[in-house]
Amino acid sequence: MRYLVVLIFGILPGLCLAQDWEDQRAFGDPGAETTLRIISSTDTSFFEPILASFVAENPGVAIEYLVTGTAALDGLFRADPEKFDLVISSAMDLQLKLANDGFALRIGGVAHPDWAEWRQSLFAFTTEPAAIVINRAAFNGLEIPRTRQDLIHALRDEPERFHGKLGTYDVRQSGLGYLFATQDARASETYWRLMEVMGGLETRLYCCSGEMIDDLASGEIVVAYNVLGSYAAARKDTEDTLEIVLPSEFPTTMMRTALVSNEAPNADAAIAFMRHLIGVQTRRGVDHPLPPLDVAKDSAGRSTIALEPALMTYLDTLKRRRFLQEWESAIIQQR
Amino acid sequence: MTEAVQASGSLRNRLAITLIGGAAILAVLLFFLVRSYAAQIAQQGQDRILGASATSILDAASIRDGVIEVDIPYAAFSMLGTASDDRVFYAIYQDDRLLSGYPGLSLPDADLDGNGPFRTVEFEGADVRRVTASRTLIGADVRTVVSVSVAQTKDALAGTLNRISRNAALFGVGFFALAALLSFWATSTTIGQLMRLTNSVTRRGPQDLSPFAKPVPSEMVPLVSSLNNLMGRLDQSLSQSEDFIAEAAHRVRTPLATVRSHAEATLQRVGKEENRQALRSMVRAIDESSRAAGQLLDHAMITFRADHLERQDIDLVELVRDLVVRLTPVAEMKDIALILSGDKTAPFSGDPILLQNAFRNAIDNALKYAPSESSIEISVSTSPETSVKICDQGAGFPPDEIDNLATRFARGPNSDGIIGSGLGLTIVRDVAAAHGGTMTLRNTPGGGACVILSF
Repeated sequence: MRYLVVLIFGILPGLCLAQDWEDQRAFGDPGAETTLRIISSTDTSFFEPILASFVAENPGVAIEYLVTGTAALDGLFRADPEKFDLVISSAMDLQLKLANDGFALRIGGVAHPDWAEWRQSLFAFTTEPAAIVINRAAFNGLEIPRTRQDLIHALRDEPERFHGKLGTYDVRQSGLGYLFATQDARASETYWRLMEVMGGLETRLYCCSGEMIDDLASGEIVVAYNVLGSYAAARKDTEDTLEIVLPSEFPTTMMRTALVSNEAPNADAAIAFMRHLIGVQTRRGVDHPLPPLDVAKDSAGRSTIALEPALMTYLDTLKRRRFLQEWESAIIQQR
Repeated sequence: MTEAVQASGSLRNRLAITLIGGAAILAVLLFFLVRSYAAQIAQQGQDRILGASATSILDAASIRDGVIEVDIPYAAFSMLGTASDDRVFYAIYQDDRLLSGYPGLSLPDADLDGNGPFRTVEFEGADVRRVTASRTLIGADVRTVVSVSVAQTKDALAGTLNRISRNAALFGVGFFALAALLSFWATSTTIGQLMRLTNSVTRRGPQDLSPFAKPVPSEMVPLVSSLNNLMGRLDQSLSQSEDFIAEAAHRVRTPLATVRSHAEATLQRVGKEENRQALRSMVRAIDESSRAAGQLLDHAMITFRADHLERQDIDLVELVRDLVVRLTPVAEMKDIALILSGDKTAPFSGDPILLQNAFRNAIDNALKYAPSESSIEISVSTSPETSVKICDQGAGFPPDEIDNLATRFARGPNSDGIIGSGLGLTIVRDVAAAHGGTMTLRNTPGGGACVILSF
């Protein structure tokens, strides 16, 4: 009974033709009175249990779940905020700017830690560190690097082994990649040295975590930097081949966030879903693929990127232009 | 006798209302002052942070290859984080051209009109506090002005203001309550002095006209001294008139006695019946006048002695018995029996002359109104209180006027043809009062009047 109705819309004509979604699926009774439109950057497989349990508890509500990249999501939502009820994204900076710009509805009375919400309109619901994912086979005979510094040494020691076999986000396309890159750069100069080294080894650039992990699993690349560890861990088929390393010198941890559109057509249902989502994600011992929000650590021991207006700094046109210039000159030096 | 004094407002209320009203005005004033001052401080706090943020952005502006670059420091927005998660807006202009940030946040030329860099404006549907700062950058061949506006919503400030307002209100209410308590206290202590004076005036005996000796607050000294003055004059004029009456009575009594003896002597010698009749009327009139003079003297004496009461230990029964013995011949002339009853002894501490006078007057009174061949019963008892009761078998007191009979010179309507001055019962009452007792007039159910002195 866990999945009442699961329909795949994929090829249906209509709305979906107007937009090229990475994935588009409907949950719940197709004839339901209200249909929540959720625009998300999170793969459907991670969200499916939450969506299904929500429609099971609320038979009058169906959900249309639309998946696209973080940057595209931001653009789509800004253009038509009245077409979507909920926005879920891993790009905290873009989400915060949406809330700051008044796109988010304030929801009162949600019991949520102060550090995990902003203005009672943007709510964090996962804790996910950026990881270095390594194909064990390529490090045969070498020690697996535990820090960025170790990785730089390994790459410098044997450049021929890694040439063309490195991958990272193309920060120009991926909002999450840009967030990780800017937070890394803010934390340490090591980031730029690593980018220089990786640039010298003709690193491949990816738009999304999924593709990067596919290539890792197939051996196309052997090291992926700043990929979401949760995505790699969710892949059962790669358990033996891939090693997920959380850099020990400074971790960069992202929180996935959700907001209800200020112009949501079904605001009440959207708020109900938000409460459901937060409830599921802060309860312990729930077994599903989406990592929970780590509410146990106090603020001192937390390494997550803070939900604060400072996130907008790197979204500034001038700042972004400058950052991308530096990034390009580091990583695409030969091209 | 005493007219009701017209009251015009109350000093206590007037004082309390003035003090409490003043406290209320002060409390309200305090509330607004504290709040506006705190609001100013809080706003200054926000302004300082906004200013620092704008300055740090401006400091990060530079010209590279003729192009303006602004490397916004992370701290510039990080420092704007508040507990209420206020929204943050910014705009960077090169001369009048928007380089980045939120369009419409400010127009550079409108901001430099000397009104200070801080302004509260409306942006994106919210009241925001905005700061604008600018700086001239000089490159190799360019000279350009970069201006930065940073704005923040005022949610945290509003929260702070609410908190301050609440505290200021509590403060004001507390101040008011304290001031009100203090003013009640001040009012009652001030009025208390007046009450004390009033009490000491009220507590005085009817004859006490001595000046007030207790110290009073300086503001009340004029009142008390004029009161003392008034009483002094009153005392003087009272004693003068008493003296006058005593003197007059005394002077009248002696010649009256002479005239009476002459009249009696003449009566013996006159044979003609109508002349004798005239002389008898004359003797009768002289008796009446002499009796009145005697009573006036008694009264004056009693007034004097009552003021300076000299108590002795005496036996009331013995005193009354003496009196009965002395009055028996008079009673027998009217065929009236005087019967003494009650306790064997009744020890009492009092002025024997005054008491004897009082009893005599009471028995005299009874003798006058009692019919012939009746008896007057005089009883002395010690329990439940020491009392002397004199009852006759006459017509009794007229019930309508029983309360007024003891006033000076008042006589009952049934007194026609009976010699009297109207002072008798007044003397009885005054003596009782001087000994701390009372006189009661009562009619007995079977007919007859009773005068009861109880001490």
